[in-house]
Amino acid sequence: MKEILQMKKVGLTYHSRKGETTAIEDFDLTVYEGEFLGVVGPSGAGKTTLLSLLDGILTPTSGDITLDGQTLKTANVGYMLQRDQLFNWRTVKKNVLLGLELKGKVTAKDEEYADLLLNKYGLSDFADRFPNELSGGMRQRVALIRTLVLEPRIILLDEPFSALDFQTRLSVGEDVRRIIKEEKLTAVLVTHDISEAIALCDRVAVLTSRPAKVKSIHDTKLSGGTSLEKREDENFSSAFAEVWKELTYEN
Amino acid sequence: MKISGSPEHVKFLRRERRTDAAVRIIQIGILVAFLFLWEILARTETIDSFITSSPSKMLATFKTISTSVWKHIGVTLYEAVLSFALATVGGTLIAIALWFSGLARRISEPYLVVLNSLPKIALGPIIIIWVGAGTGAIVVMALLISLIITVINTLQGFVSVDPDKILLMKTFRANKLQVLLKLVLPANVPNMINCLKINVGLTWVGTIMGEYLVSKAGLGYLIVYGGQVFNLSLVMCSTFILCVLSGGMYAIVAIIERIVNKKYGFCS
Repeated sequence: MKEILQMKKVGLTYHSRKGETTAIEDFDLTVYEGEFLGVVGPSGAGKTTLLSLLDGILTPTSGDITLDGQTLKTANVGYMLQRDQLFNWRTVKKNVLLGLELKGKVTAKDEEYADLLLNKYGLSDFADRFPNELSGGMRQRVALIRTLVLEPRIILLDEPFSALDFQTRLSVGEDVRRIIKEEKLTAVLVTHDISEAIALCDRVAVLTSRPAKVKSIHDTKLSGGTSLEKREDENFSSAFAEVWKELTYEN
Repeated sequence: MKISGSPEHVKFLRRERRTDAAVRIIQIGILVAFLFLWEILARTETIDSFITSSPSKMLATFKTISTSVWKHIGVTLYEAVLSFALATVGGTLIAIALWFSGLARRISEPYLVVLNSLPKIALGPIIIIWVGAGTGAIVVMALLISLIITVINTLQGFVSVDPDKILLMKTFRANKLQVLLKLVLPANVPNMINCLKINVGLTWVGTIMGEYLVSKAGLGYLIVYGGQVFNLSLVMCSTFILCVLSGGMYAIVAIIERIVNKKYGFCS
């Protein structure tokens, strides 16, 4: 498989008035094209910091991050934040076009692609509605499409389902997995929910507590295409136990 | 709106509608009853209408000044609208500038706090000497009263925009101007309209106060003049016109609010 994203000996130290904190140290990680990689870690391990580095919002203090062998400066990375962050004063369509608008002019081709995605994922009837008329699951799909229209090389997901109730969470999680696979995208999902990571992802990386490093990477090898089928696989609980042990037993 | 639905729902809607009507009737009734009682008490000489005036006297006064009163209304309205516009536009621009620079925001904070708590009327003599005793001084007075609070309220709204939404803008590689135009300003539309509502009241305070200090015309001038010559009917009549004008200005802001809310999908 082709490597798409590489982190080599990455470190990040940030400063506040209270002192300096090393969030990430000697961090090595490779993401392969087309895979769905999960990242779990103890709370406060710097999972969000990791995504900010991968997006290029933060610049590492040491080490290198490359996407397709290039530096991140001009890279096309999609980032889905916790909660949908839709703008209430924009219609669904306008929300979807936000990223394109900020990049410059929205071409007719862009609009066509946005319409195509909205249509494909059952939102075309809501294109001219405002977000407060949508359900939580639909809002999440709009947020994903807002990222997809930019045609990113890789998509970062920061606990995007954490604000949803459990039922919605399962179905939206599966929705997002399906869409990402259908669009043949590479994705990195950060979550504190082990079962979510195992059910959605092809590989799961476990982080140490701060300063975060990759402790181990687990190939889940569960059968079944959808996350629900994976949850029903007989090896699901042993995979869960394996990741959970790694996460809880320090060294 | 047409009433439709199940019999229970129709009943419910009818009841709601009756309550709406009752509220409006009582609101008008209170005003009518107040004026009626005032008139009766004055006519029966239970109260001294030399001090309290009466609705009929106010009407008679309005008739005698009806040719010149429009000039006074025009002057006051001009001063109020001008200072309202200047305070709103100027205050928003200053707030935008302070939002752009966190350092400027920190440096200006104590000055804003002191200027906000300072009773602006104390600056009256300075304003008169610097700007001259005329319309300019009145506008400056009204402007000072509403400008600082506009800056403070608007800036407060700007800096309390959800940091996650700003992060979203950063992931889209938005620059600061784009964050302002696409996020901060639209997110603050409801806040800025609230600010307009406060400014309506404050600019009227400032205008009338300014007219008390220096004026040759205007409703504030009529009120002061009426007080000095003990013509309470003139005072009351001018005050009543003032009520109508400020209420009208508030109503215009409320209409703007409704149009904007519809356009931007904000729920009121």
